[in-house]
Amino acid sequence: MIEFKLPSLGADMEEGKLLEWHVKPGDAVKRGQVVAVVDTSKAAVDVEIWEDGVMHAILVQPGETVPVGTVLATVLAPGEAAPVVSAPVAVVAVAPVAAAIKAGPSAVVVSPVTRRPAVSPSARRRAKELGVDAENLHGTGAQGAVTLADVEAAAARQGGAVAQGLPIDRQQAMRRAIAAAMGRSKREIPHYYLSETIPMANALAWLQRRNAELPITERILPAVLQLKAVAMALKRVPQLNGFYRDDAFQPVAAVHAGVAISLRGGGLVAPALHDVAVKPLEQLMRELADLVKRARAGSLRSSEMSDPTITITNLGDQGVETVFGVIYPPQVALVGFGSVAVRPWVEGGELCARPLMIATLAADHRVTDGHLGAVFLTELRDLLQQPDSLASSSAVSGQGGKEK
Amino acid sequence: MGRRISYREALREALREALQADPRVFLMGEDVGRYGGTYAVSKGLLDEFGPERIRDTPLSELGFVGAGIGAALGGMRPIVEVMTVNFSLLALDPIVNTAAMLRHMSGGQFSVPVVIRMATGAGRQVGAQHSNSFEGWYAHVPGIKVLAPATIEDARGMLSAALADPDPVLIFEHAQLYNLEGELPEGAPPVVDIRSACIRREGSDVSLITHGGSLYKTLRAADELAALGISAEVVDLRVLRPLDDATIMASVRKCRRAVVVDEAWRSGSLAAEVMARIAEQAFFDLDAPLGRVCSEEVPIPYARHMEEAALPQVPKIVAAAQAVMGNNT
Repeated sequence: MIEFKLPSLGADMEEGKLLEWHVKPGDAVKRGQVVAVVDTSKAAVDVEIWEDGVMHAILVQPGETVPVGTVLATVLAPGEAAPVVSAPVAVVAVAPVAAAIKAGPSAVVVSPVTRRPAVSPSARRRAKELGVDAENLHGTGAQGAVTLADVEAAAARQGGAVAQGLPIDRQQAMRRAIAAAMGRSKREIPHYYLSETIPMANALAWLQRRNAELPITERILPAVLQLKAVAMALKRVPQLNGFYRDDAFQPVAAVHAGVAISLRGGGLVAPALHDVAVKPLEQLMRELADLVKRARAGSLRSSEMSDPTITITNLGDQGVETVFGVIYPPQVALVGFGSVAVRPWVEGGELCARPLMIATLAADHRVTDGHLGAVFLTELRDLLQQPDSLASSSAVSGQGGKEK
Repeated sequence: MGRRISYREALREALREALQADPRVFLMGEDVGRYGGTYAVSKGLLDEFGPERIRDTPLSELGFVGAGIGAALGGMRPIVEVMTVNFSLLALDPIVNTAAMLRHMSGGQFSVPVVIRMATGAGRQVGAQHSNSFEGWYAHVPGIKVLAPATIEDARGMLSAALADPDPVLIFEHAQLYNLEGELPEGAPPVVDIRSACIRREGSDVSLITHGGSLYKTLRAADELAALGISAEVVDLRVLRPLDDATIMASVRKCRRAVVVDEAWRSGSLAAEVMARIAEQAFFDLDAPLGRVCSEEVPIPYARHMEEAALPQVPKIVAAAQAVMGNNT
């Protein structure tokens, strides 16, 4: 029996609310299939399963909020038979046995009944408005249920905005989640920062030539070139790609770039664009557009939320020159890109005007030192001078399989 | 100060007023004339209005209820008294299949402006066959209005509103209310509507929703609950069809808990309908499961102690209200 647990969809996630199951007991599931939708404080996320099998029992029902790691459902491995459910003797009649055998094991699956804590309907609604976790309160109502008064008393104890009855909406929840992650980052990670001014004339000219031949929908944005260049530079300095966990750096072979996407109405997510090093630019462009669209629509997948190996943020569109990033734990580096602007530049002893961009690296000093960071940034600069190499690098080794 | 008057006298005053006001109005039923009515409601009316308008009928509910419906179709404004709801079962066909449906069956050509009064309820040691509370059954049927006057004011005022209605109206008088005394203001009779429920006592913790003879038990229970620190609101449905959802829901939304008190049996009852509507319309306002106090599902016993045990009583209502309050008391 495989236990399908609520995955951590980001370092800042402690619990999630199950919104919907896409499968039911008896359904066959395949590795990578989206089986459920879970609401984190940031977004509704499609959660994938990572084993083939047959859904056995659903243990967490839509609407329930459970901690990360909770078994959401059990799954029968391929070929595994459902366990025999022992029934009360009185129920076992003689006649239906033959029928049960004929029907096979899948017909006898009985889901264990999980009863959620009793919270009255009005208490549940008010708890949502007040941001109170009603299911963990002590109930004083009929049959021990949590009542409206219990919720309001709890909210009063929590104080602040809650006591005044201000609703805590998703944006506030997201703000809290970002606060938790960034606070942890600045508490735990000794950041160091490097920056490098990168001439962009070659890259822009190359993009212009290439895009001129393509319809608008297939044109490639500079952001994709940047992503690709980061992924390729990480081949040279793999110490910046991975996670810092249990007091040690865990490198990851594939580059899953967390792309910082600001959401309309506020807030930020950085879902993963997978296997950036091995995918051609055209594919990356399509996937990036899809990712941004889905991030803003609130329909990201669990793997995208949980496994970025490095974050890339581009605030250049807003006209910012330099980005000093805060690393998203447990990642160990963040690459920031500022605006591409024509500025004074010295080339061959001559002063000239060139399109320039400042790339920065924020890196975890527990894992790397400034020397490696410098190697990375200069490699990044050099790669962006040879856009052809980025376009042709997609076939380069590295299967880029998913670490799980 | 108003004047002291009984429920029975209030009904009689309403009948006299109607008979005086409209020559089309007449009263018919078993023993309504010479005997003065089984519950003495029509006492003296025969002398005052004569046998043409106060008509004793044979012991055939099927016959005289049907005749009343025919008279209504013919332009009269009959008031038919059926001795008790128990015997009205013999007249179910004319009431349900004819009176309630003729407007529909005739494509709107005929209306049946008949008023049918009857006693209902238990509590007087008259045995199972004379102790039923079937007003909820009639409240199931589209095409009729069902009233349950529980106060002196409603006993006095509902008849004229019923007679003014173009469709059949059934009035259920709980047999234990006839001796109830209360006060009416001097002067003009009270004007009451036959559309709305009424809050008989305001409260904030639990809505006790009831009608008819159970109103006074429920009000006493509310007194006892107040002593226990529970503020009970008492809703008198008054009109069982059509139900006044707005008043019910407003009370439930305020108190967030509700107990329905109904002397009928619980299965398939009017209490069940009220609870279903609350669940449909006010679910998210509820702070506790709904409660109800109905009669035990047995034929109402004759023996006093057993009859009392079978019916809703004050302690049962108090206990049901406490149950939905949980430890909030």
